[in-house]
Amino acid sequence: MKTNFKNLMAGAAICAMSSTSLAAEELVIFWAEWDPANFLQELVNEYEEVSGVEVIVETTPWSDFQTKAFTEFNARGDAYDMIVGDSQWLGAASTGGHYVDLTGFFTEHNLAEVMAPATVKYYAEYPGNSGSYWAVPAEGDAVGWSYRKDWFEDPAEMAAFNEKYGYDLAPPATWAELLDIAEFFHRPDEDRYGVAIYTDNSYDAMVMGVENAIFSYGADLGDFETYEVDGYINSPAAVQALEDYKRLYGYTPPGWAKTFFVENNQAITEGLTAMSMNYFAFFPALLNEATNPHAANTGFFANPAGPTGAQFAALGGQGISVVSYSDKQEESMKFLEWFISDDVQKRWAELGGYTAHAKTLSSDEFRNATPYNEAFYQTMFKVKDFWAVPEFAELLTSANQRLYPFIVGNEGTAQETMDALAADWEATFKKYGRTE
Amino acid sequence: MSDLAIRNLFIIPTITFLIVFNIFPLLYSLGYSFTDFRASTNAPAKFVGLDNYKFLLNDEFIWRNFTITAKYVIISVSGQVIVGFGMAMLLNRDIPLKGLITTLLMLPMMLSMAVVGLFWKLLYDPSFGIINYGLGLGKFEWLADPDVALYAVALTDIWMWSPFVMLLSLAGLSAVPKHLYEAAEIDRAGSFYTFTRITLPLVAPILMIAIIFRTMEAFKTFDLAYILSSQPTTELIAIRLYKMAFLEWQTGQSSAFAYIVLIMVVAITNLYVKYLNKVKER
Repeated sequence: MKTNFKNLMAGAAICAMSSTSLAAEELVIFWAEWDPANFLQELVNEYEEVSGVEVIVETTPWSDFQTKAFTEFNARGDAYDMIVGDSQWLGAASTGGHYVDLTGFFTEHNLAEVMAPATVKYYAEYPGNSGSYWAVPAEGDAVGWSYRKDWFEDPAEMAAFNEKYGYDLAPPATWAELLDIAEFFHRPDEDRYGVAIYTDNSYDAMVMGVENAIFSYGADLGDFETYEVDGYINSPAAVQALEDYKRLYGYTPPGWAKTFFVENNQAITEGLTAMSMNYFAFFPALLNEATNPHAANTGFFANPAGPTGAQFAALGGQGISVVSYSDKQEESMKFLEWFISDDVQKRWAELGGYTAHAKTLSSDEFRNATPYNEAFYQTMFKVKDFWAVPEFAELLTSANQRLYPFIVGNEGTAQETMDALAADWEATFKKYGRTE
Repeated sequence: MSDLAIRNLFIIPTITFLIVFNIFPLLYSLGYSFTDFRASTNAPAKFVGLDNYKFLLNDEFIWRNFTITAKYVIISVSGQVIVGFGMAMLLNRDIPLKGLITTLLMLPMMLSMAVVGLFWKLLYDPSFGIINYGLGLGKFEWLADPDVALYAVALTDIWMWSPFVMLLSLAGLSAVPKHLYEAAEIDRAGSFYTFTRITLPLVAPILMIAIIFRTMEAFKTFDLAYILSSQPTTELIAIRLYKMAFLEWQTGQSSAFAYIVLIMVVAITNLYVKYLNKVKER
């Protein structure tokens, strides 16, 4: 009996040891289902060669991403060791205790200098200017534009445009030009339309689209330090931006009332519109002739400047965080150390990932690698983001409830819409004790 | 097997199951509805009394959700009753291939909501949808037009669930004694008189059951509206509740919302049941 007990204990010890070593050989990163996640899987396959640790990039459709991630967080689950979470999640995930504090890691590796400033500010730090970091900038992204070069360069179109608007047809440098060009190409009788913009009222789709206008018109969502919103989101510039976004909606194809990145790429691949708004991360598909018959004739430009010359774009992209419920945090940190190294970041960019690594990002090699990399590089210095506070989802809901009826449903005026939104956000910030 | 053994074997596990999976969560969420609890944070729940209920009942968007839902339930259920009962009346005669036609008409309700939603999304498409093509409506936007979208969703629901009303109505119609019609014929009663004095009163109880089921189902519609349109004018209470609970993680507030919806559904169902009993007594 004594021998049996000893054998049992020995067996249990071996099992425990082997399970530890087995656990250390596999890391799971959770992300949304899109091309960059596939590129990341390709990249992390190379990590296994150097470390023996297999890294799996588990994905879910964008529509489920937030729900699935937070359900796992709320259950204190260890299904994922790392997560490439949205920038807006930083407040909720850090204050909720779901992310590991990476401030020490950030300082040790001087990441505030190594990564591009905007990516550090928006993908990693919470609260703003606190010096506390919760993620390593992984996939930089922002909203840009694609356009039909052949339509723009058609001599007959160029002459007609010049005659009508008094200047040359070219990728728009300002929102005023963007509106003119959208109007010019909007020809429903020819099944040709002006522009494709985000109109989906779920999550952050339409809000990001409108932000492109708001930021470039010189307005802001609010004061991110004091949480004051009255006079910011309903300022004359913001109201004008919303009015012009609604004007753009008038130049979209029929049925364009619930559209996001998929439809906006389709607008180009199906030859529907002259211009299309989309995140840079979706542009590789537009250069692929297998998925875009107009690939050779597709060009790209950064979000144009507003009336005052201000030029910004809504931030996309994500940072990679370590999940606090994972029992492989040490192994995850080793992976992150590998991930931030110069060579790996260079390789990440080669594979198609939008690196946030300042040196790689500013290299000529990166900037000339694709027709849109230069626009991406320029944009990453002119990005602004949505609120990253824990109650970001409520703020997004209010924005969707106010903006959508005005843009798509033609309800009320831009001023009424923005005043109502300011009141909603004020009430939310008051509810959570951020303002008096 | 003794009665005691049967009780132990069947009833106790069922009651245990009901308590664990129905009663306990119901009471637990009732407790949450009086707190500011958010599942996404590690902060403990704080008792806020009736604040959640007060906030919800004073929120303009919540009232809009209720109004939209009421409109949807009325359009959808009345449409299903008219179409379903009409189909049952047509099928309640001697026609060739009656069995096959009945089976084919029942197909829509056998499909999953998600499939129906995606299928009708294509049918409604302004560019290549067969509905616009067939009706010659050009590029009419069924799901994108905020004023029309709710009707489009209700129309799909009517298409899907009219067969259910038809099925119950057929059962009711086949149970009407033939001799009543024969007597009416001898008395030279008109078809309208026969319908209003014989058919409708005798089918009414079973039709009321169909209405109760369909009202409860329509009240909690989520998937169809979410897949087809999901814009403010089609944001039914179930969709708002889902967003509040699982996108905004306002656990306490959404629990209160769920209780308000529950009370409303119970109240409406009770009204129906009272009316059903009156109809039965006649």
